[in-house]
Amino acid sequence: MRTTSPVSAWESDFDVLDPHYVADPFGIWAELRRQCPIAHTDRRGSTWLPTRYDDVTAIAHDIEHFSSLEVAVIPFDGEEPEDPVLPYGLPPISADPPLHTWTRRLLLPWFSHTRVESYEAMTRALCSGLIAGFVDQGRADAASDYAQQIPVRVIAHILGVSPDHADTFTGWVRDVLEFADDPERRVHGVQGLLEYFIEEVAKRRAQPGNDLLSELLQTEVDGAPIEDSLVLGAAALVLIAGVDTTWSAIGSSLWHLATHPDDRRRMAEDPEVMSLAVEELLRAYSPVTMARLVTKDVEYAGCPMKAGDKILMNFPAANRDPEVFEDADEVVLDRAHNRHVAFGSGIHRCAGSNLARMELRVALEEWLARIPDFRLADEDAVTWAGGQVRGPRLLPVVFG
Amino acid sequence: MGRRPGAGPPPAPGGVRLRIRVDPEKCQGHARCYGLAPELFSVDDYGLSTVVGDGSVPPELEDRARLAIANCPEFAIEEVPAS
Repeated sequence: MRTTSPVSAWESDFDVLDPHYVADPFGIWAELRRQCPIAHTDRRGSTWLPTRYDDVTAIAHDIEHFSSLEVAVIPFDGEEPEDPVLPYGLPPISADPPLHTWTRRLLLPWFSHTRVESYEAMTRALCSGLIAGFVDQGRADAASDYAQQIPVRVIAHILGVSPDHADTFTGWVRDVLEFADDPERRVHGVQGLLEYFIEEVAKRRAQPGNDLLSELLQTEVDGAPIEDSLVLGAAALVLIAGVDTTWSAIGSSLWHLATHPDDRRRMAEDPEVMSLAVEELLRAYSPVTMARLVTKDVEYAGCPMKAGDKILMNFPAANRDPEVFEDADEVVLDRAHNRHVAFGSGIHRCAGSNLARMELRVALEEWLARIPDFRLADEDAVTWAGGQVRGPRLLPVVFG
Repeated sequence: MGRRPGAGPPPAPGGVRLRIRVDPEKCQGHARCYGLAPELFSVDDYGLSTVVGDGSVPPELEDRARLAIANCPEFAIEEVPAS
């Protein structure tokens, strides 16, 4: 386990990698909202942490002061290569308009409602196959045997790459997101991803298919093909953003159901509640925090933010703000008023939100159909990852 | 028979009492409206939502329309005031 020096005060010295915060940030957010709704730290550079819904969404909409050029929650603490393969990072997520606008339009149709519906049957078959592999054993790890195995294969399908590499992809994505404070692992993840996709791009140039990579290579913008670095960036983005995030949402939802028998029974017995319940679980256990870079000195809500400071877009805390959500720390499966921002807010709304929702719903439907009754095998064996993406990594459950 | 004072404007032709619109400047494609009331909204390939027809909500779908309004994270759906 990672070691961090103890936090002296959450309002002025917070650490999102602190093991207590990773395991249970909810009480810390509640206290901060009351005492100091925008916390600050000098750990890993001067960084602000808003915890109220109105602040998080206002900052997300103020693209003049808050840029997406640096979205990593844990900044890279190593030497940047002199001639980077991805000079623009991973647009649209790491870009501001105008680059953001047109690169986003290239990706969005792949995640439209209609397209996502066409991925549902393969997702359902995948979930059902995974369950068949452990259902007779009476126990499974709901995170590593199930949740973790789903999104990576759906994304591989969309990218048109082999699902046989799923574990390798997962390893790279974890290196980039979960172990981002370890420069060696981060470099290993980035290099692995890039080398893989450089080769895949070459293959598709020779023999195009019907996948996202092939289509990007054939797309022209203003009469010219898209630069290779942007195609590579898009491929890496789809993989990085589409794997850890949704897997964490599925895992957290199963953790909730394993520890809340009434909710579990209701969801297993009343399929009507599923669509609202999916939104409520996304609200209560929003996995993703993004960062913004302050572009010019600005005083926001009394906080003297300086150019170069980072803001952690605490969408998970915004979604538990009692000013906006009644009984915000309670899961109310059929919550009717739920303007949650689990997928962000403003122009960077998660491009894959339709896909993530479908995967979460199908993963829960299939699990509950075969395993309606389950509980934690050992509370102490559950482990959580945090930072950019929060969710359970080990989640042993027993059933039957 | 006279209408009770305070009961709101008389129903428009066809019984429609509610009209809605999506502000295209605010909509960011969360598609919550479409998920809650697919009869009332359509969403294009880029996620932009628009109301079906002129946004008139049949009385039996009013609750769903209000649910869509209350769930839009961008506050992009609004009631069109009766003219």
